[in-house]
Amino acid sequence: MQSFFNSTVGKKILMAVTGQAMVFFVIIHVIGNSTIFVDGLNGYAERLHSLPVLVWLTRLIMLAVISTHVFFSIQLTLENWKSKPEKYAVQKHLRSTFASRNMIWSGLIIGLFLIYHLMHFTFQIISPDLAAANNLDALGRPDVAHMVISGFQNFFIALIYISALVALVLHLIHGIQSSVQTIGLNNDRTLPLIITSGAIAAIVLFIGYVSIPTSILLNIVKG
Amino acid sequence: MNLTLYVWRQQSSELQGRMEKYYAQGISPDMSFLEMLDMVNEDLIKNNAEPIAFDHDCREGICGTCSQVINGVPHGPEERTTVCQLHMRHFHDGDTVYIEPWRAKAFPVIKDLIVDRSALDSIIQAGGFISVHTGGVSDANSFLIPRSDAETAMDAAECIGCGACIAACPNGSAMLFTAAKVTHLAMLPQGRPEAKRRVCMMTEEMLTKGFGNCTNHYECQAACPKGIKVSFIAKLNREFIKAAQLIKEE
Ligand code: HEM
Ligand code: FES
Repeated sequence: MQSFFNSTVGKKILMAVTGQAMVFFVIIHVIGNSTIFVDGLNGYAERLHSLPVLVWLTRLIMLAVISTHVFFSIQLTLENWKSKPEKYAVQKHLRSTFASRNMIWSGLIIGLFLIYHLMHFTFQIISPDLAAANNLDALGRPDVAHMVISGFQNFFIALIYISALVALVLHLIHGIQSSVQTIGLNNDRTLPLIITSGAIAAIVLFIGYVSIPTSILLNIVKG
Repeated sequence: MNLTLYVWRQQSSELQGRMEKYYAQGISPDMSFLEMLDMVNEDLIKNNAEPIAFDHDCREGICGTCSQVINGVPHGPEERTTVCQLHMRHFHDGDTVYIEPWRAKAFPVIKDLIVDRSALDSIIQAGGFISVHTGGVSDANSFLIPRSDAETAMDAAECIGCGACIAACPNGSAMLFTAAKVTHLAMLPQGRPEAKRRVCMMTEEMLTKGFGNCTNHYECQAACPKGIKVSFIAKLNREFIKAAQLIKEE
């Protein structure tokens, strides 16, 4: 018999579990980031980096999670394209959505953004003059807030982030509810509830993230 | 009623097909969609043209043989209705109607609107059965089955195997079909002993036959003429998780 990782449901379950792990990360990340509104980002960053084991463990786990998710997403998508080689002359979609039909594209946009995002704020090589590692705040801490605020005052950088967030919200509007169905937690009664709450959760996350670059662009949060 | 039809014509699986235009004239709103096509075919035969080949058998919505995508929807615009039970009163005089065969790699076109659905039989043969000794019928109530379980099994057993779920699925996945069979048998005590093997073998066969993976578009449930629900796919996924131990052992 096939192995778990070669089976259609097994691969889907891996996609769902890794997706949920990333959703969990994304929730923690937005909570951490929102300390910028109470002038707490530098303190948060310093405390986080005083726990190198936690930081590196998270990074390693996320690396494994993301690689698994991307590997299987490409494999599954290619298989699915092969299974439907001919299109209808007329096609009416009854239940699927723009979000559900474009998971691979929203996902790949997020993937490309992730590389940019790491170069920008983790490795800090996009605008080295603003790098937190080289600029200390009044308390002698790496000035993460300055790096973020000056970064987002650049309209094009903010636009890159906002576009990636649009891809993320589309990915999660379908992804969150889909992952619950994949791991088998649905019945007739819960399905519509999960679909709605998954979409709401995705939109709440989107608002949480997008509020940072927009409030900097609108000068509500200043450096 | 008079209609303009665009119908997929294809001589054989090897040859290229294309949409061709036909006129259906003098159609009564009381006719079924297939009777409308019968009328068109009569005209074609009178004019020495090749009639449109389409699959049909019972014409009462129970055999699952009829299979046409009408204006982009498998079995046409009426919910929970097979093509044979679709009546022309749901169309209007002057309408343009597009008629295409089921589309999926696992369903090659044999001719015109007829596709080869034997891949569904292979999925059933891989595990959609219960291995029991034949013999005398056992006494009623010798197996106690909770009513709600019996109802769920019956709901799943409503699948007529027409393949509309695969035709509707953007991935050409047969998950709804497979999940209906898996659920139907997994809900009953007679089906439990082979439940783990069944879910593994049937999903594996599904991929082998060229069907796609499920990505939860739920397009299948919307197209199903029998209202088979995607909650059965969640049930299949649960059965698969329970079977994970078996996969490790073998
Ligand atoms: C890094 C690049 C990414 C790519 C290329 C990608 C690609 C995909 C694709 C193609 C699917 C649909 C697969 C299927 O249903 O068979 C999917 C599902 C999913 N993705 Fe992603 N994704 C990425 C990042 C993310 C991120 C950052 C998150 C969460 C924050 C996420 C969460 C999910 C979830 C929850 C699902 C649903 C799983 C399911 O259907 O069971 N993905 N992804
Ligand atoms: S011909 Fe039997 S279901 Fe339509």
